Amino acid sequence: MVTLKIDGKKVTVRKLSTVLDAARKLDIPIPTLCHHPELSPFGGCRLCLIEIKGYPKPVASCTTFAKEGMEIITASPSLEKLRRTTLELILSDHPKDCMVCERAGDCKLQELAYFYGIRENRFEGERRIYTKKDNNPFVAREMEKCILCGQCVRICDEIQGVGAIDFAYRGLKTKICPPFEKDLDCEFCGQCVSVCPTGALTGKMWAHKGRQNFKEVETVCPYCGCGCNLTLHVWRNEVIRVSSKEDTINEGWLCAKGRFGYGFIHSPDRLAKPLIRTAPKEGVDLNKPQNSSRFTIHDSQFKEVSWDEALDYIAVKLKETKEKYGSDAVGGLSSARCTNEENYLFQKFIRAVIGTNNVDHCARY
Amino acid sequence: MNKDIAIKVCAGTGGVASGGEEVLSAFRNSISSAGLEATIYEKCSAHRVGCRGFCAKDVLVDVIINGEKTTYKHIKPDMVARIFDEHIMKGNPVTEWIVGEAYFNFHNKQTKVVLSHCGEIDPEDINAYIAVGGYKAAKKAFASMSPEEIVDVVKSSNLRGRGGAGFPTGIKWELGLRIESDIKYVICNGDEGDPGAFMDRSVMEGDPHAVIEGMIICAKATGSHHGYIYVRAEYPLAVKRLQMAIDQCKQSGFLGNNIFGTDFGFDLKIFQGAGAFVCGEATALMRSIEGKRGMPTPKLWRSAEKGLWDKPTVLNNVETFANIPRIIMNGANWYRNLGTDRSGGTKVFSLSGKVKNTGLIEVPLGVTLRDIIFDIGGGIEGEKSFKALQTGGPSGGCIPAEFLDTEVDYESLAQVGSIMGSGGMVVLDETSCMVNTAKFFLEFTQAESCGKCTPCRIGTKRMLEILERITSGNGKEGDIELLEELGHHIRATSLCGLGMTAPNPVLSTLRYFRNEYESHIRDKKCPAAVCKDLITYSVLEEICNGCGACKRACPADAVRGKRKSPHRIDPEICIKCGTCFDACKFKAIIKI
Repeated sequence: MVTLKIDGKKVTVRKLSTVLDAARKLDIPIPTLCHHPELSPFGGCRLCLIEIKGYPKPVASCTTFAKEGMEIITASPSLEKLRRTTLELILSDHPKDCMVCERAGDCKLQELAYFYGIRENRFEGERRIYTKKDNNPFVAREMEKCILCGQCVRICDEIQGVGAIDFAYRGLKTKICPPFEKDLDCEFCGQCVSVCPTGALTGKMWAHKGRQNFKEVETVCPYCGCGCNLTLHVWRNEVIRVSSKEDTINEGWLCAKGRFGYGFIHSPDRLAKPLIRTAPKEGVDLNKPQNSSRFTIHDSQFKEVSWDEALDYIAVKLKETKEKYGSDAVGGLSSARCTNEENYLFQKFIRAVIGTNNVDHCARY
Repeated sequence: MNKDIAIKVCAGTGGVASGGEEVLSAFRNSISSAGLEATIYEKCSAHRVGCRGFCAKDVLVDVIINGEKTTYKHIKPDMVARIFDEHIMKGNPVTEWIVGEAYFNFHNKQTKVVLSHCGEIDPEDINAYIAVGGYKAAKKAFASMSPEEIVDVVKSSNLRGRGGAGFPTGIKWELGLRIESDIKYVICNGDEGDPGAFMDRSVMEGDPHAVIEGMIICAKATGSHHGYIYVRAEYPLAVKRLQMAIDQCKQSGFLGNNIFGTDFGFDLKIFQGAGAFVCGEATALMRSIEGKRGMPTPKLWRSAEKGLWDKPTVLNNVETFANIPRIIMNGANWYRNLGTDRSGGTKVFSLSGKVKNTGLIEVPLGVTLRDIIFDIGGGIEGEKSFKALQTGGPSGGCIPAEFLDTEVDYESLAQVGSIMGSGGMVVLDETSCMVNTAKFFLEFTQAESCGKCTPCRIGTKRMLEILERITSGNGKEGDIELLEELGHHIRATSLCGLGMTAPNPVLSTLRYFRNEYESHIRDKKCPAAVCKDLITYSVLEEICNGCGACKRACPADAVRGKRKSPHRIDPEICIKCGTCFDACKFKAIIKI
């Protein structure tokens, strides 16, 4: 452990913590744009500069280890001036279309520009202009808004292990792009979107659906047994975005399904009530071989029932089958979408209640 | 006739470009057709040798007969026959082709340590290197020195990193030695990217074995068994000769397992850089070897603790390594006494610009800038007056005449607002515009920024835009102050050395030549008459005799006038290319 003094307050942190970690522990605000606690230190935005007693010039707090006895100043007129100039530089190469930007109100850059009151910019000059080439349905890229914080590159490489994007070119023309500047073609987990501090990366389906005043509903992802925590952003009873919070079991990370696969919620095809098949559809003879081995809702006649009715019906049928043909006439197949606990209960039910070992799981084949 | 004849043909990149290889084969043909090789009583050989620094006079050829050396300049293959007949066969040197006084002035005032073999031995032959005492130092280090002893010698030699930052080499090695690790690396930084600099290139091409020997000694001193030489792919000759040298070393048992018969192994590989200036920065260089994008990474750890693939790494510049064998052989005191109190030894500079003798020079640290420019360089070309010396490449600054007596070393150059850098020196005279010079260097650095940190990526671009505004006549009041603020901001906040030093050319010219900026902005005039948008060409009618040379030369048909009567330049059509100015023999055209 090391103890240091930040803005006159003492704090003790573990060895190999950065000064930024220590300051955050004290709840001292230091502006950052490229830092992410779960990603490797980057030191690119240069906003988190601090002064250390005995050091000849300011250093970036995100890439400086806290050392015993350090005395640190996080805010001084000269530091604020440096930060302000850096921000001006970033903004001089950034579109001023916050009014229509998807991330307005949820943009770190906008927030800093607001705090520092940057209205006029002394450094107006050439800006990067790119042609859009995204044909994928998930990630919208507006690279003019990219501030090259590199969080998307790092999360794709370090957390997701994909490495679909990286830096390319040099100087002001530096950009982040897939290999050979092709269209984005990855697994579309959208992790990059979740860490982007500006409007450079957004979900395509978010567009023009609303930016604020939505209700946040905490839930668990229904897609697999991992049980990732989701935060649904609901506006007028419609889910318009899905995100996840950092203090969850999934640490805020999501996959393509969890993040972007919410379209089924409001699908008109979605089954919302239990159905019991009453008869085959007219003209379908069940004794003759069918073209498709599956019956769809269109092949059969169904009756909408309550859950009680449906469960009673299942219980009766299972009991009948077991009595008439024996336990081994029944088999159970469970789903990877169920939780571990649900799967456990299901096999327990098949083995102990039905009395057969005919139980399996979709993930096995 | 019992003669010992040696012919040395310059085959550095400059020499090869001027036809050195053809000259060499012409000599070899002449020798074999004259049957000299076959005569028992005569020993005659022709070698290629590395660059001796004075590339303006290439191809340079030494003819040494019984130890008496004659040097010829500007030799072409068709001139070989005459030299061979008259000089080698008959003993009468071809006097009109012999180098003049400038050649000897250029060389005699230097102190050659690193460059001592360049121009003397065949860089492609390990035996030539061994014949001048090569690999003795490495053998000594392996046979009779402990790692601590080697580190002590390097430490007390006062050798400092020749890449530009000047970190004491011995201390770096000591860190590398002390740290414990299963794997350690030694890296040689040959990613020389400054425009106009070719110090490391000449050493790698002219004396590759010295670099390798330095690395072998470093490996022994730090307990490392793996090494890389990072060379730019734009240096194909250096890559070729280093690879030849490595192969020869492996055959001789100087590299590989059990080197010099000990149980110590050292494996050396070449890694070719893809031409990014920023890869000369240590962390970017290591990322590049790792196969990642060459971008500097924050220095949470020293390279000696966690460098290449997070293993302890000692990284030194080409010139630094080339110094090592000499230090081991001649002792720390000898080297230390060559330099100043704070930094020992010599430094190689590439001297270029408006100076009479341009080329590669080596001087002891502590000589004055005046000695370099006026003694070795022979003064300013064309009777013009000296204005400034730009040192340290694009990261350096401009030093005005009042500091000509500054002694060259890391601290003193920093004091006057420049840097030692890797050793570029560009002499500027009264016809150089300082604003334009600053713009030139900034154009380079802003384009080479890796793009990682904000001040370097956007800040240098904005500075360049302001300079472009000023040189095109659109400068505004307040631009100078803005440049200064931005320059200090970039210097204070950038992540790596590239950004921190990028504003130097601007800040140093603002410090010493502020009036030039002011006249660009306020008077819309370029005092040195360089910035195109601020000058006009006109004809002095009282001098013009109407010869028509300017009219014929003008590519834009902007010159009007009848033959034998004074001409006139139409400013609307003139594209300010300066062709008429150069074409006029009577100095009747002026630019203001």
